[in-house]
Amino acid sequence: MTTDTADPVEAAAIAPAADAGFLQRHGTTIEYLLIPGAALCGALALFGVFVALFGKNPLDLYFYMYQGAFGTWFSWQNTLTKAAPLILTALCTALPAQLGMVIIGGEGALLIGALAATGIALAMPWAPPLVVQVAMVCAGMLGGGLWIMLAGGLRQFRGVNETISSLLLVYIALAVLNHLVEGMMRDPASLNKPSTREIGAANMIGTIPGTDVHWGLVFGLIAAVASYILIYHTVFGFAARVAGGNIRAAKIVGLNVSKLILTVCFLAGGAAGLAGMVEVAAVQGRTNANLAAGYGFTGILVAFLARQNPLAIIPVAILLGGISASGGLLQRRLGLPDASVLVLQGIIFVFVLASDALYGRIGFLKGKS
Amino acid sequence: MDFGRISRRHLLQGGAALTLGSALGARSAFAAETTIGFIYVGSRDDYGYNQAHAQGAAALKKMPGLKVVEEEKVPETDAVEKTIESMINLDGATLLFPTSFGYYNPHMIKMANKFPKLRFEHCGGLWSDKDPKNAGSYFGYIDEAQFISGIVAGYASKTGKLGFVAAKPIPQVLRNINAFTLGAKLANPKATTQVIFTGDWSMPVKEAEATNSLIDQGVDVLTCHVDGPKTMVENAARRGAMVCGYHVNQSALAPKAYLTGAEWNWEALYPKFVKMIAAGESIPNFYRGGFKEEIVKQSPYGEAVSAEARKHADDIKAKLTAGDYVIFKGPILDNKGKTVIGAGTERGQKDAELEKMDYLVEGVIGATS
Repeated sequence: MTTDTADPVEAAAIAPAADAGFLQRHGTTIEYLLIPGAALCGALALFGVFVALFGKNPLDLYFYMYQGAFGTWFSWQNTLTKAAPLILTALCTALPAQLGMVIIGGEGALLIGALAATGIALAMPWAPPLVVQVAMVCAGMLGGGLWIMLAGGLRQFRGVNETISSLLLVYIALAVLNHLVEGMMRDPASLNKPSTREIGAANMIGTIPGTDVHWGLVFGLIAAVASYILIYHTVFGFAARVAGGNIRAAKIVGLNVSKLILTVCFLAGGAAGLAGMVEVAAVQGRTNANLAAGYGFTGILVAFLARQNPLAIIPVAILLGGISASGGLLQRRLGLPDASVLVLQGIIFVFVLASDALYGRIGFLKGKS
Repeated sequence: MDFGRISRRHLLQGGAALTLGSALGARSAFAAETTIGFIYVGSRDDYGYNQAHAQGAAALKKMPGLKVVEEEKVPETDAVEKTIESMINLDGATLLFPTSFGYYNPHMIKMANKFPKLRFEHCGGLWSDKDPKNAGSYFGYIDEAQFISGIVAGYASKTGKLGFVAAKPIPQVLRNINAFTLGAKLANPKATTQVIFTGDWSMPVKEAEATNSLIDQGVDVLTCHVDGPKTMVENAARRGAMVCGYHVNQSALAPKAYLTGAEWNWEALYPKFVKMIAAGESIPNFYRGGFKEEIVKQSPYGEAVSAEARKHADDIKAKLTAGDYVIFKGPILDNKGKTVIGAGTERGQKDAELEKMDYLVEGVIGATS
C-alpha cells in the first residue's frame, strides 16, 4: 500500500506519451480520481442498503448527508472545522509512509504537543500574545515531533516495530497528560474536571475572519502543501522515497537513512503536535482529558484513504469531516445510532483498500506498450 | 429552596401581570412547536449517566407541543459547539441540554453568548455570576441516595466488606463514596468500603477487573460511580455478590442481586423546567436539589433487602426528604485519622466545602492519589 504511492505527475511523465489519446496520456491521473471516486460511490450505495435494512429511505439519507455536510454555509463551516485537525494528524501517518513506515501514533503526538504548547503559554504570562502564540507553535511541534521521533529511533536503532511502538506511545502520552493535569499542572479551581490553568483569552488564536473555522485549517493546508513539495520536489523527499522503496539500495548509494527516518518522523510528529497546539489555542483554551478526542486515529484513516499523498489528504479530510458533520443530522432526523457513521467510514475504508487492486488494470486508460 | 419558592411566587405574580398586559406573550410563543435539543457524551442506552438523561428526554417527548432532538457520543470538543449550532440552525432548537460536564466551559458558555435569546441548561456545571444569564446549571445531591444505598448495603453484607468501583478521585465521586460508607456504618459500625479508581469514566475492562478483584478480597456488596454501571452490575451478580446501582435502575440486569440504587430523576426535573418556561417563570441559573426537590430518587428495594434494613433506610430517607437530616455531621475523621469535619459542625447538602471534598472518610480503604 505504501510503496506504490508514486507521484501522479511523475508517473505520467514516465508513461509512454507517443501517439496516445487524451485518456491514455492522462491515464494515471484519471485513474487516481476515478478509482477512489468509484470506491466512494460504491461505499455510499452499500451504506444505503444498510440503512434501508433499518427501514429508512436511502434517498433521505443522502439528502441529509449532503445537507449536514455541504448543504448550507453553516454545514460547510462545520465540515471544515472537523477537517482541520484531521489534515494535520493525517500527515503524521502519511509522511513516514514515504519511508515505508506505518506510524499510527498521531494521537499521542497531538496530546504531547498540546501539553507542551499549554506548558509554554503558562510559563510566560508576561509575554505579548503574538510571542506566546509563536512559542506555542514551536513547543507543540517540538513536543509532538520528538514523540514520534522516539518511535522512529526505536525502529532504526533497536529494531522495534514502529507501528506497535507508536500506538503504545499513545497510551503513554495519555497517561503523562492525565498525570500532569491531575497533579503538577492542575488548576486547583478545576474541581470535577481536572484541567490546567487557562492560557488566557488574549492568547487564543481565534477564527478565520468571516467564518467560524479556526486557523487550524490554514495551518493544515500549509503543512499539507509544504509536505507535498518536500516529498515530491526536493532532493530530501526523493531520498526519502528511495529509502522507502529499497532501504539497502538507499544505503548503497550513500544515503543517511537514520537521519532521514528521524527527520521525517520529527516532521510527522510535528504536524500532529501542531494539531494539539491548535486544539488548545483555538478550541479548549487549556489542556485536559477532552483533548483525547480521537483526531489522531481518524487521521490514520484519512492518510490511507489519501494513499499517503499529502495533497490528497486535503480533500479526503474534508470528505471525512463532512461525514462526521452530517452524522449528527443522521442521528436527529433518521434516528440512526451514532455508530452508523463509523459503519460508513469502515465501508469506505474497505472499498478504497479493495480498489487498490484496480490500478493499472482499466483497459481504456492503458497506453499501448 | 425557600428562596426559590419566594422568587417563583413573585415571578408567577409578575407573569400573571405580564399575561394580562401583553396577551399571552410567552404562552402563545410556546403553543407553536418548541424544539428541545439533548446532547449526550456517550450512548443513550448505556444503563448509566447518559441513559438517565435520555429517560428525561423521553418524558419530554410525551408532552404536547414539544419536539425533542437528540445526539449521542458527542465529544467534549468544539464538536459539541457545532452540534449545538446545528440543532439551532437546522432543527430550530430553542432550549438546549448539553448533558456532559466537559461541555460547560468553554463550549456551552461560548454558544450561550452567541445565542443570547435561547436557553441553555447544563448538567453538573457550576454556574457563576460571570457566566451568561441565559445559561444555567443544574445538578442533584445524589450522595443522599448513595447514603441510603449504604445503609441497605451495610445490612445486606455478611462480611462487612463493601466495594466501590469509582472513576476518578474528584469531589463528586469522593462525596458519593463517603456518603455510601457513612450510610453503611449506620447499619454496621464495623463496615468498610474498599474503593478502586479506574482512572476514567468509561473503562469497561478495568471496571470488570476491579469488580473481580474486590470480590476476590471478600467484598460481597458493590456499588460504583462510573458512566455505565452495567459492567460492574453484571459481573458482580455473576460472581454471586450483591449490588447497589447508580445513575438509573439496573435491576433488569441482575434481578436477584440488585438491592437498591441511587438514581437521577431527570424525568421529573425536565418536564418541570419546561413547564416553568411555558409559564413564563425563569429557572434559577444555579439549580440544585436532592430527594426533597425530586432530583434524585432511590430504586425500589430488591427482594434480598431485609425488613429491618427497609425500615431503617425508609426512616432516614423520610428525614432527608423533609430536610432535617445532615449526612456530613462532625466529628468525621478521614481514613488517615485526621479530623476533616469537627465535632459540632454540620455540613448540609448545600455547603460549598463539600464541593471541594478531597478526602476519604474513616472506613474507606483506598487513597485519593
